Amino acid sequence: MAEPLFTPEEQKKFDAGIAEILSHYPSDRKSAGMLPALRLLQDLKGWLPPEGLRLVAKNLEVTPERAYEVASFYVMYHLKKPGKYVIDVCTNLSCSLWGAEKMLAYLEQKLGLTAGETNDKFTLRETECLASCGTAPCLQINEDHHERLTQAKLDAILARLS
Amino acid sequence: MASTAKAVEPVISAAWGKPQSWTLDSYRSRGGYDGLKRALSMEPAAIIDEVKKSNLRGRGGAGFPTGMKWSFVPKDSPKPKYLAVNGDESEPGTFKDRYILENDPHMMLEGIAIASYALGVHTCYVYLRGEFKFQAERTQAAIDEAYKAGIFGKSLMGKEGFALDCFLVRGAGAYICGEETALLESLEGKKGWPRLKPPFPAVVGLFGSPTVVNNVETLASVPPILAKGAEWYAKLGTDKSGGTHLVCLSGSVNRPGVYEVGMHTTILELIHDDKYGQGMPKGRKVKAVIPGGSSAPVLGADELDVALEFEALKMKQTMAGSGGVIVMDDATCMVRSLWRVARFYAEESCGQCTPCREGTPWQTRLLRKIEEGRAEMSDIDMLSNVASSIAPYPPIGLGNTICALGDAAALPTHSFLMRFRDEFEAHVREHRCPYGDHPWGSFGDWS
Repeated sequence: MAEPLFTPEEQKKFDAGIAEILSHYPSDRKSAGMLPALRLLQDLKGWLPPEGLRLVAKNLEVTPERAYEVASFYVMYHLKKPGKYVIDVCTNLSCSLWGAEKMLAYLEQKLGLTAGETNDKFTLRETECLASCGTAPCLQINEDHHERLTQAKLDAILARLS
Repeated sequence: MASTAKAVEPVISAAWGKPQSWTLDSYRSRGGYDGLKRALSMEPAAIIDEVKKSNLRGRGGAGFPTGMKWSFVPKDSPKPKYLAVNGDESEPGTFKDRYILENDPHMMLEGIAIASYALGVHTCYVYLRGEFKFQAERTQAAIDEAYKAGIFGKSLMGKEGFALDCFLVRGAGAYICGEETALLESLEGKKGWPRLKPPFPAVVGLFGSPTVVNNVETLASVPPILAKGAEWYAKLGTDKSGGTHLVCLSGSVNRPGVYEVGMHTTILELIHDDKYGQGMPKGRKVKAVIPGGSSAPVLGADELDVALEFEALKMKQTMAGSGGVIVMDDATCMVRSLWRVARFYAEESCGQCTPCREGTPWQTRLLRKIEEGRAEMSDIDMLSNVASSIAPYPPIGLGNTICALGDAAALPTHSFLMRFRDEFEAHVREHRCPYGDHPWGSFGDWS
């Protein structure tokens, strides 16, 4: 028998989360809760496994295809299991003027990954503007934002990731 | 440059940096929610008139008069009306709304309350870009405070019979969702594909109902207008645009940041004045400036004595947009700069319209070819043609796509080619980038 998607604890959180989300929308517009529901699933599992997408779709009374269509449109949803830490490096203009391309090259070399690749511990991605242009260069690790980065600062942040 | 720029009375940023400025207690101690109190003593139509008189223009990029936008909402609609707050700040160079959300979220919430009362809205959705985790937490905490204090909820700050709910929704990483109709699609739980207009959201918006979509800064500007009066606010600005202006300064300057300036402040003052950018680093000179977020046409060094204001920038065939001023110094390669910008639009195109879906990656490929010294002169003309097929230049805003992302992708290309064509040609002639090896970053401690 396949492993259940959720532990009993996770199931409780998922059910309560879905109920809270649906309370924010008109009762005939359950599908509007798609983005928050996908976020809830990803917060619980670290990514969006297919059986999770089916469950979200069922709760919002839409087809699983619809859930997949939405999930695949937005870059913050993971349809494949990412590394434990997802590092998003902004290399847009303002950040690049403060050395972001060098920062990305340094990370690629240090982590042994090319942007776009994943290993067990890290997923390294080049991302578009993180709205931190005045405190460039910047990156996000999972959902935590880091700005005004220097090599020393970045080394210290990476050293804290177990 | 010493400080010569005329200072303005801060309207939006007055409390930034003060201890606990984001709490309800702090906001109330500064006269917070007085504007709402006054609004609740007025007729809704009079509030809309007040906002019209203030000359407040939308701060999300388009600069449309806010009071006029509000007046488009049909008064006798049998459907519920909605307010959607656009906090999907994602245009490269723009980072002002996050400072409002971090430092003074109640200012925006009071704006929401006033707008909702004026428009007969009972449900508001605040849509923040997905990456704004910290900002979302702080905004949610402020919403919770507002519910607890009876500002939101069953009666709007004691106004019996007027309920107002306010829900926070986080996006999931898609620049296009800052386009107002794509934002509505996303709020409806779909992928962010912009809708054809008309009908405009004020008539057919969220769930098919009349909806006003306002930017975070726009709504944060409303409480002071109600508290201190439309005339006071209008006088802070120019004839056509009231109030002050948050500008985001980034790139090659000594002190990047968000600054609240008067509409008369020039780009040169913003870069060099001691109150703002404090000049160029390491003795560098300004080469180019993008004045209104990455989609705004670039200006050359000799065009910068211009006020950071809608009309003045329009005269220079560029735009104030979302207030993002990006400075490039004389060590900056303009081809690589445009490549960076073009990649963004290729990445963020939703793919709905063929010119944008196909044109934006094509631009990116051509720019890479030019930057890497593999291009021929005909590739520069090709680049220009590809950009024209997405949106001709000028005018601004009449491209071949459903939404303005196509214009936003083509305008930088047109303007970089118009002002810096010699650099593109130099890349082709020399079969390399004249600015040397990359990756680059003209300063900072990565070198």
